[in-house]
Amino acid sequence: MMAPTRREDHATQPQSPSAEVLRVQGLRVAFDHPLGLVRAVDDIAFSLRAGERLGLAGESGSGKSTMALAILRMIKPPGRIDGGRVFFDGQDITDLGIEEMRRLRLAGIAMVPQGSMNSLNPVLRIGEQIADALRDHDVPGAEHAARIAELLPQVGLKPEIARAYPHELSGGMKQRACIAIAICLKPKVIIADEPTSALDVVVQRQVMQTLAEVQRNLGAAVILVGHDMGLMAQFVDRLGVMYAGRLVELAPIADIITRPRHPYTKALISSLPSLERRAPMLGIPGLAPLLRDLPTGCAFHPRCAEVFDRCRGAKPEVRQVADEVWVACHLVEALP
Amino acid sequence: MSVLLQAEHVSKHFPGAGFGSPGTVALDAVSLGIDSARPAITAVVGESGSGKTTLARVLLGLIAPTSGRVLYHGQDLTTLDSETRRNFRRDVQAIFQDPYEVYNPFYRVDHVLTTPVRKFRLAQSKAAERDLIAIALRSVGLRPEEILGRYPHQLSGGQRQRIMVARAVLMRPKLIVADEPVSMVDASLRATILGSLAKLNQEMGISIIYITHDLATAYQVSHNLLVMYRAAVVEAGDAERIVQAPQHPYTQLLISAIPQADTNRVWLDSNREAAGTAGPAGCRFAPRCPRADATCIAAAPPLLKVAPDRAVACFRYPDGAVLSELAEVLTGHDKAAVEG
Repeated sequence: MMAPTRREDHATQPQSPSAEVLRVQGLRVAFDHPLGLVRAVDDIAFSLRAGERLGLAGESGSGKSTMALAILRMIKPPGRIDGGRVFFDGQDITDLGIEEMRRLRLAGIAMVPQGSMNSLNPVLRIGEQIADALRDHDVPGAEHAARIAELLPQVGLKPEIARAYPHELSGGMKQRACIAIAICLKPKVIIADEPTSALDVVVQRQVMQTLAEVQRNLGAAVILVGHDMGLMAQFVDRLGVMYAGRLVELAPIADIITRPRHPYTKALISSLPSLERRAPMLGIPGLAPLLRDLPTGCAFHPRCAEVFDRCRGAKPEVRQVADEVWVACHLVEALP
Repeated sequence: MSVLLQAEHVSKHFPGAGFGSPGTVALDAVSLGIDSARPAITAVVGESGSGKTTLARVLLGLIAPTSGRVLYHGQDLTTLDSETRRNFRRDVQAIFQDPYEVYNPFYRVDHVLTTPVRKFRLAQSKAAERDLIAIALRSVGLRPEEILGRYPHQLSGGQRQRIMVARAVLMRPKLIVADEPVSMVDASLRATILGSLAKLNQEMGISIIYITHDLATAYQVSHNLLVMYRAAVVEAGDAERIVQAPQHPYTQLLISAIPQADTNRVWLDSNREAAGTAGPAGCRFAPRCPRADATCIAAAPPLLKVAPDRAVACFRYPDGAVLSELAEVLTGHDKAAVEG
């Protein structure tokens, strides 16, 4: 049978609130810096439904990777989470102990790290690296070989790859190996941080197909972190756009692509080169702001094409502006 | 003689690591002429390992080809006398991928701009040097007062890469070879840097070879496109027409694999790659080609000129004449100029 396409998938998704698998409320991350506090993640809120694919997009420095690490409580000093709560499967995991959090990682929420090419241990065989993860989560050693042999074909690798070292694999294969590690304990949430940024487009599509397949089979939800709006348009169900540590727009993907509401989202989409027609390529004028020295009011206002007085003085709140659409911009009318 | 740089059947083999190791063919008999009289932006597109960077390095004279030769105004690059070599170094400029690695962190960024000015005696006085550098920086959209006197770590990747473009412009080159100049900067900055390159081509008449894995930006900025697959050019010609109607199955695969901001398009489940067999002398793309047959496994197709502005290395287009020189199908060049 043919695999269902993404859109059919979306249509059959349960929409009841009980299907929520992850909820982030007012999450804040700060880094101590000699010149002042750097707020990398500022008051972010969203929820993730079971089986859903959510994208987090933004330029480098927008806080999207920090956000992903914060969910797993993997922020290293001088960074720290200084506000907000995270709920996984209905349970508040904000104050879980170190040991409980360790058990939850991989088993509940797993991560496919950025630059997976370099995140594998070069002196261990792929099979040993998967076994490491299984051992860490108390899977009996007798089961390891069978589990690994079952896991590798799921990500499109031959079982023999278990005996290979990372340098013997191509970029796409290493990425698949990382996906295998991420799904070895059947997590409910997979966070993929720019999983294909170092790959060619053809290999990128193959890896994304694999990720989509394992996600469907597990019924897991995916958070895809990245900056490629084309990839987001093709892969996710809903997209959150981040700027300077804040979520500035959150909406279903078809909505955001056909009718972006925040000027930053519009700029991100139009900076993507089209293959349909040639037009002068548009960049986003100016530079991403320094997080320790943000502009007053809306952080995007110095680069915004539609800026007006209120933007310089008041920071726009994230408000619901339509069904399932949330925007932080003074230009957009909130729902009454 | 108007042909600035002419690659003639250049091949590059890298030896294997030990006895019996076959080594790698990184570039296989590529012929390409750059006519500085009719400047164009020519994009070289392909996946990693396709040989595009090797082509760039051979054209820049950074590595010598294993066979074939590269001529600068008719003279072999490997045997240039010191004065001609100096002219070559001035006429042909390079921009590399990594805008972080090219800077010495202990020097202010001014250093990368003043060094070529002094080395090539482009300015007679300090004041003239300052003016020259300021003009070059402005030509790529940078404000000299925000750039000069700073250290590399104080600038963004986009600014650093634009300084590299400015450095190339300083030399008033005839050709810039830009190897993945935007792959390490944010999507929002790509447009600005590529825009600067397009402006140099239009306003200063500089030819540009844009090496990239990103077909979409190549399409947006270039006149010509060369698509490389495993060391050879498989399709060449007018960029617009190749993207709108790709003929080589690899080009078709490459274009279909680009995710676009259009949710009505089927992307994820549209892979039609084959898992076939390779022949030792067959077409390199045959194992992945959905249209391959026995002919493709038995022999490798040459580049065939299927239209005045298109060449394809595929047996599906048997009507074309065998192409000997890529410039024949590129815009901005006509055959007479190439032969003359």
